[in-house]
Amino acid sequence: MSATMRDRFYSTAEELVGADERIAVVLADIGSGRMPAAERAHADRVINVGIREQLMVGVAAGLAMTGFRPIVHSYAPFAVERPFEMLKLDLSHNDVGAIVVSVGASFDAAANGRTHQTPEDVALLAALPGWRIYVPGHPTEADHLLRAAARTDDRVYLRLSDQSNQLARPITSGRLHLERRGRDATVIATGPLLDATLEATADLDVTVLYMTTVRPFDADTLRASLTGDLVVLVEPYLAGTSSAEVAMALADEPHRIAAIGVPNVEHRKYGTWREHNAAHGLDARGIRARILRALSRMT
Amino acid sequence: MTVTSPTLGYADLRRLMDLQLGDEKHTPSATSTLDVIWVLYDRVLRVDPNRSDDPDRDRFVLSKGHGPMAYYAVLAAKGFFDLETLRSFGHYDSPLGYHPDRNLVPGVEISSGSLGHGLGIAVGMALGLRARRSPARVFCLVGDAELDEGSNHEAIAFAGRAGLDNLIVVAVDNQSSSYGWPGGLAARFSLEGWSSTTVDGRDHAALGRAFDAEHVGRPRAVVAVVESKT
Repeated sequence: MSATMRDRFYSTAEELVGADERIAVVLADIGSGRMPAAERAHADRVINVGIREQLMVGVAAGLAMTGFRPIVHSYAPFAVERPFEMLKLDLSHNDVGAIVVSVGASFDAAANGRTHQTPEDVALLAALPGWRIYVPGHPTEADHLLRAAARTDDRVYLRLSDQSNQLARPITSGRLHLERRGRDATVIATGPLLDATLEATADLDVTVLYMTTVRPFDADTLRASLTGDLVVLVEPYLAGTSSAEVAMALADEPHRIAAIGVPNVEHRKYGTWREHNAAHGLDARGIRARILRALSRMT
Repeated sequence: MTVTSPTLGYADLRRLMDLQLGDEKHTPSATSTLDVIWVLYDRVLRVDPNRSDDPDRDRFVLSKGHGPMAYYAVLAAKGFFDLETLRSFGHYDSPLGYHPDRNLVPGVEISSGSLGHGLGIAVGMALGLRARRSPARVFCLVGDAELDEGSNHEAIAFAGRAGLDNLIVVAVDNQSSSYGWPGGLAARFSLEGWSSTTVDGRDHAALGRAFDAEHVGRPRAVVAVVESKT
């Protein structure tokens, strides 16, 4: 079985710590012990603060202020929701950078219940100015985006998931990738939902754009690739998270938006991400049904 | 090096604070920190307004960002910015807000205001400086009421375990915490492995001695007691 995004993250982070003395990793227990060589050789830069997520982000800000490039890592609810004010103030308002790498995605830890389900993470970080939000769909893409982020001082959110596409694409940070050209509509498939979207649209004459950089949104490529007046957004987190970006990109173009994603309700369900995807219409069947419905309303 | 002003001293600070109008609700907060901040900048911190990006400078972190009039007065007195700037306090396009912003005010190390953020950042600074083998120290000012914020407890516990002896917290205690601190604030820090002491927050010599004391292998907490807020 091939390495998951999470497996690749630990091995790449360990490599980066060894190769670049600016790189520091800050953990709150999650991930501790997964980078043993770096933890032994660079104990001053691989720091586990214990289950203290507010401190995890504060420490990252302090490290950035003393010349380091911190990588912060935990499950999405503990990397984003618990320390949200620290992300807003310690990093954004103080204007220092960090790479926040989450695991758990929306429903990777679904059996743990609502406490570990975080379909809001991207919308929350998108509310803060200046963050680059990456949602890769393959371990190789995640690796590429992590390495690119390590070379900058940007504030970056890298959202890792268990769900993965079969093949990596030659993505470029900040750009939509043109997967397929069509004539009737434009479908934007995000990260791990690309394979399901391609299956759903296999016999449809639509353009498919692949999005791994959610913010900043690549308005230029959307405008250049626009096909018809229907834009279908397929996102593995809260439905409509990127609708406003599409609307702003197409402010002077007549258009409609169909936003497919996780509905903003209390689900109170456990199980697996596959079951949640099916329940929320995020498998190939559900995505196809929504796209056909939107196409049928075209004038 | 410690910066000394040829013309302005402690006796001028009240006049400089009076130039900053509009945030009188925070006057008790500002005056409670006045002596501590003066002592730090006058005789303890190794900082230079002409080299404010020196990687080996000491860091002063005002976590309790409320009422920064004393902080701004000391920075102006020490030459970090022009005295006239103080008159713009709180104006729309002034660099001096009711809470300080590191991106606007020369010499300010962190942007603060929301309580419970500075100590976590200070711990990160101390870890970073230690990793770089820098001689610089990190001084973090918190208020006794601010320590109610749970984020501080994360930082206090971890800093003690990490043995961050380049970190010095000064807790200005004007007895404004809603439920107080049984056994005193110093005991709270000692419990977590810190070297701690309690001094008169208006006694400059005592503050200086408290900051100078050895604390090898342990972070240091100086509880500076001042008159009650009420």
